[in-house]
Amino acid sequence: MQEILHAPHEKIEEIQLEGIKKTVIQCYENVAFYKRSFDEAGFDPHSIKSLEDLQKAPFVTKQDLRDNYPYGMFATPLSEVKEIHMSSGTTGVATVGGYTQHDLDIWGECFARGIEYANGGKDDVVHVCYGYGLFTGGLGAHYGGLYSGATTIPMSAGNTERQIRVLKEMGSTIICCTPSYAMHIADTALEMGIDPARDFHLRAGIHGAEPFSDNFRRDLERKLNYHVLDVYGLTETMGPGVAIECWEQNGLHLAEDHFYAEIIDPNTGEVLPDGEWGELVLTTIDREASPVVRYRTRDITRILPGECACGCTHRRIDRIHGRTDDMLIIRGVNVFPSQIEDVMKTFDQVSSWYQIEVDTDHRSLDMVTLKAEVNPDFAFDSVAAVERLQKEISARLKTALSVGVKVKLVEPKTIARSEGKAKRIVDLRKGIK
Amino acid sequence: MIDQITVFLENKRGRIASLCRTLGDANINMAALSVADTTEYGIVRIICSDTAAALSALDAGGYRAIKTKVMAIAVPHHPGGAADLLEKLDDLDVDIEYFYCFSTTDDMAVLALKIADPASAAEASWAIEKAGFHVFDQDEVE
Ligand SMILES: [Zn+2]
Repeated sequence: MQEILHAPHEKIEEIQLEGIKKTVIQCYENVAFYKRSFDEAGFDPHSIKSLEDLQKAPFVTKQDLRDNYPYGMFATPLSEVKEIHMSSGTTGVATVGGYTQHDLDIWGECFARGIEYANGGKDDVVHVCYGYGLFTGGLGAHYGGLYSGATTIPMSAGNTERQIRVLKEMGSTIICCTPSYAMHIADTALEMGIDPARDFHLRAGIHGAEPFSDNFRRDLERKLNYHVLDVYGLTETMGPGVAIECWEQNGLHLAEDHFYAEIIDPNTGEVLPDGEWGELVLTTIDREASPVVRYRTRDITRILPGECACGCTHRRIDRIHGRTDDMLIIRGVNVFPSQIEDVMKTFDQVSSWYQIEVDTDHRSLDMVTLKAEVNPDFAFDSVAAVERLQKEISARLKTALSVGVKVKLVEPKTIARSEGKAKRIVDLRKGIK
Repeated sequence: MIDQITVFLENKRGRIASLCRTLGDANINMAALSVADTTEYGIVRIICSDTAAALSALDAGGYRAIKTKVMAIAVPHHPGGAADLLEKLDDLDVDIEYFYCFSTTDDMAVLALKIADPASAAEASWAIEKAGFHVFDQDEVE
């Protein structure tokens, strides 16, 4: 694995060009959707001579994948497909990903890069407490653990007290789960009188499937005494492992020999230069069952220019800065949850648990309330002090979002902790889901 | 200066009762309990026998509690007694964030006072003593 991680970038580009040529032809010949879409756009799948030529190909969206539910996007016969995953269909129909044996092998190898970045291998005990099932987190991490030769414990999510016992007694060295679940484990352990920083043996956590702030990372690292690596991936292109942070924690290295990344302006579709923020678009290089050509992830990030100090030559994406579909429209203003996060992380007086509630007032106007849990670092011993802080947070949010927010301080542990994803936004407006 | 425990509570039915029960179960005796409330939350101020034990009982019970230093001052129990003290503080230019009465006997009442600027608290304490009021130490309330 070291060889491909340190290959000269020209070598990686050769692999990408050869792979993309095959992928577009494979899609055109085996998937009716791509044939129609390429033909309509006047894109000749045999015309690719350079990586830039891919820009002539049309995009594929999540809606396209939904429209072809269940097997319409498969490029191999079902007899070749060994496993299926589905993304949660919160807005209706799910999207389906199929994996041949080759696809499963790549997946394990991609996730195992995270274990490699943590300088791990067969002497590690990998504790997987992402949910196992249709969600790609559990099995993706599991295959990564197997590929790296580590001892893999398939805990799945839930039963937190048992997780804590196993972490303590089995001496797990690497934990894979969502960042909020890692925090839940740490807090529950502390409540049980177990100090995870001392009683666990963790060296690294590979955490993904939801965004987390730098403050949240520092909190986790302090509580669990380990190193947090952010992992990115999505069912539509494979699952976790498309990009993973190395020990430097300065951007996520794409698995560029398996995925080709472009950053586009989400409004015009135009490809943006390195360093500029935009929507991540992915093309698979060697997926068999569910290849994608220019899939619009709706994730906002940028390509980090320059080389990484770790020596890995694969380009890095920045940490995901929001999702185009998480965007809230409040009183006609676009609001990204990451903008709220940026403001909140500067206030030590409140914890990293907060929640935004959007509702409609009696005049049918949108009304936003932010609830934040009081920290012990805050001298809240007078009403004036509490009001001052509420006003200050509110003013900073107003500046950042251009939307008025009522701030309400609440007691610790009153904002729901979930064993899956953190629920940052509650939208109670009628007709909005 | 003496220790005061401040607890941030949501304004919910039964919340303060369960707070008192938590302290009672931990065998903590309260010398004072005062609440500054708004429609959404209340700030509960407690002076009690064993501050450290009370704080750890509250922490374990999931309450957000902090320790604050306040000044406890004896005032003569007669009409105008408190006014004398407050006027003196005004003369000294000492800003008070809040105060409450926490114990009374036949001839004396004790006021707990939070001085807005903690840096000026020591100086204010000295000036108040000089004006003839008794300022309590922690061991006198335990
Ligand atoms: Zn690196």
